[in-house]
Amino acid sequence: MGRTLSEKLWDAHVVHKGEGGEPDLLYIDLHLVHEVTSPQAFEGLRLAGRTVRRPDLTMATEDHNIPTLHPELPIADPVSRAQVETLRRNAKDFGVPIHSLGDVDQGVVHIIGPQLGVTEPGMTIVCGDSHTSTHGAFGALAFGIGTSEVEHVLATQTLPQARPKTMAVTVDGTLPDGVTPKDLVLTLISEVGTGGGQGYMVEYRGQVFEEMSMEGRMTVCNMSIEWGAKAGMVAPDQTTFDYVKGRPLAPSGADWDAAVDYWKTLRTDEDAVFDREIHLDGSAITPFVTWGTNPGQGVPLDSSVPAAESFTDEVARSSAERALNYMDLKPGTPMRDIRIDTVFLGSCTNGRIEDLRLAASVIKGHKVAEGTRMLVVPGSARVRLQAMEEGLDKVFLGAGAEWRGAGCSMCLGMNPDQLAPGERSASTSNRNFEGRQGRGGRTHLVSPPVAAATAITGHLSAPADLAAVEV
Amino acid sequence: MDKFTSHTGVAVPLRRSNVDTDQIIPAVYLKRITRTGFEDGLFAAWRKDPGFVLNQPAWANGSILIPGPDFGTGSSREHAVWALQNYGFKVVIGSRFGDIFRNNSGKAGLLIATVDQAVVEQLWADAEAAPGADFTVDLKTRTITTPQRVVEFAVDEFTRHRLLEGLDDISSTLQLADEISAYEADRPSFKPTTMSVEVPA
Ligand code: SF4
Repeated sequence: MGRTLSEKLWDAHVVHKGEGGEPDLLYIDLHLVHEVTSPQAFEGLRLAGRTVRRPDLTMATEDHNIPTLHPELPIADPVSRAQVETLRRNAKDFGVPIHSLGDVDQGVVHIIGPQLGVTEPGMTIVCGDSHTSTHGAFGALAFGIGTSEVEHVLATQTLPQARPKTMAVTVDGTLPDGVTPKDLVLTLISEVGTGGGQGYMVEYRGQVFEEMSMEGRMTVCNMSIEWGAKAGMVAPDQTTFDYVKGRPLAPSGADWDAAVDYWKTLRTDEDAVFDREIHLDGSAITPFVTWGTNPGQGVPLDSSVPAAESFTDEVARSSAERALNYMDLKPGTPMRDIRIDTVFLGSCTNGRIEDLRLAASVIKGHKVAEGTRMLVVPGSARVRLQAMEEGLDKVFLGAGAEWRGAGCSMCLGMNPDQLAPGERSASTSNRNFEGRQGRGGRTHLVSPPVAAATAITGHLSAPADLAAVEV
Repeated sequence: MDKFTSHTGVAVPLRRSNVDTDQIIPAVYLKRITRTGFEDGLFAAWRKDPGFVLNQPAWANGSILIPGPDFGTGSSREHAVWALQNYGFKVVIGSRFGDIFRNNSGKAGLLIATVDQAVVEQLWADAEAAPGADFTVDLKTRTITTPQRVVEFAVDEFTRHRLLEGLDDISSTLQLADEISAYEADRPSFKPTTMSVEVPA
């Protein structure tokens, strides 16, 4: 019987096959490291007198805990500064390449891997960060790990892992105009629930994914973890090869040809069988936003806040009750009537150049509504430079938005970019958990065009609503 | 890692589902570079509420946590496990857990005991019938003993063995160093490295 993409990736990386319920030992092709989940791992190595086995397969950057203003000044918060300095010292002591604040390749860890060409098809990729699933867009097996596992990979370049089951999510048709990969993944999560993918390696397939750009595929794979999947991936095709080719760390010459030949063998075989299959109709998807406090609590922008009683499942009902209370929303309120204080455009979900272009094309010639602020945080220093070359910074600044340095920023509210208690955001990031963007803050997850349109009207809106807004 | 065989302590009913790791410990508490001290951030937002279960004297010294389904979803932060351990928790009993959180717990020595949600409801009722009552969780027999009943829990055999023996994963893997080297010798040359980037001086 044929094998799926994920099974081929798994098999190709087994160093030692586990027996009798033992996990397999997998080789790791790329280990990405950032300042927040690594200090205790390096310290563990030091205490045990161990080294980093493959610094040449390891790469560090600073993203979660850095400011997006005044990168030239020392980090004001001494505790944050100590954490970033610890990463720099660890990189130096253990010989790990690092892209620090100020370096042109610094940025959110899941944006710089693909950008440098070190994220490629056929790889295993891990990082002490749950959104490592992003890299699956290239046809790689990529998943997030905890700090103990970070230490394990640093020391051994391997990881013991129990083999997950396989799932296919097939999306046929074509996404309608104005509907983005973000709307697709939010729709998917609301249908299957936040636990729906648990225990599965998911392959996204079908016409919609074949037609999707690499950056769109990254947006969808990024949010695999939000419905519990171990990993999410898309089979590599010409779109993938074109994206990787010529990047600084991508193979070249004969290596390139050998690589492409191999990558072409990775596609799921015709006769392979998935343990579970889900089908969606892409042409039926509309702009989608969340109303609650987990990414599965979403509805089409065209509808209204649901009532807790509308959920038949007891757990879903009580969770909806809590969420409505926390979000301070009344059932029946049209989603479009929800007023927004802050719009956040950025993160490893939607902080790439295509996202900024799309948002800029909506906002051009408009002003950010009075009483609303808009924060634009490019995902990496290079995305920022590219956007400036294209004049996108001027579009955002001209509209009254803030144009910041690269990093995670308000996606997780670890640096000073936070919501105030009670403040409400429309955010292109991936998590609307209670307090995620600042204690007491309320988050609605949206796509980049919805974020831009919302900034202009001051309440949740799609670009199609703007016709009525005066330019 | 310390061996884990059995634990007796106060069982805390946490009647909430979808408790993601951002709720267990918010990002602003993740700045430390140690593995200790994270108890200050544990359930930080909820602990400001006098009605929260850990603010009840009977449950303040809890060491066995019983949350609703989908506990520990979201962010990979192992700090969530450390925060629970630093506070004094040894065991979490529930029906469904975030994958990375369950892995992290296994590595760090926090026992994740899985039971059906119907059993969770019984355990909640037992814990609330006598607030502050002790439960015993025995990893050898895979049982939870409350003042009212004995129930079985599930834990994967590999994790159970490691916890019972107090095994360190890295040492075990390093015994396979030859196999790792053999695998590396066969890796194709087109696989990328991060090294054409300058290494800090
Ligand atoms: S942008 Fe947000 S989700 Fe992505 S790595 Fe940073 S904090 Fe995590």
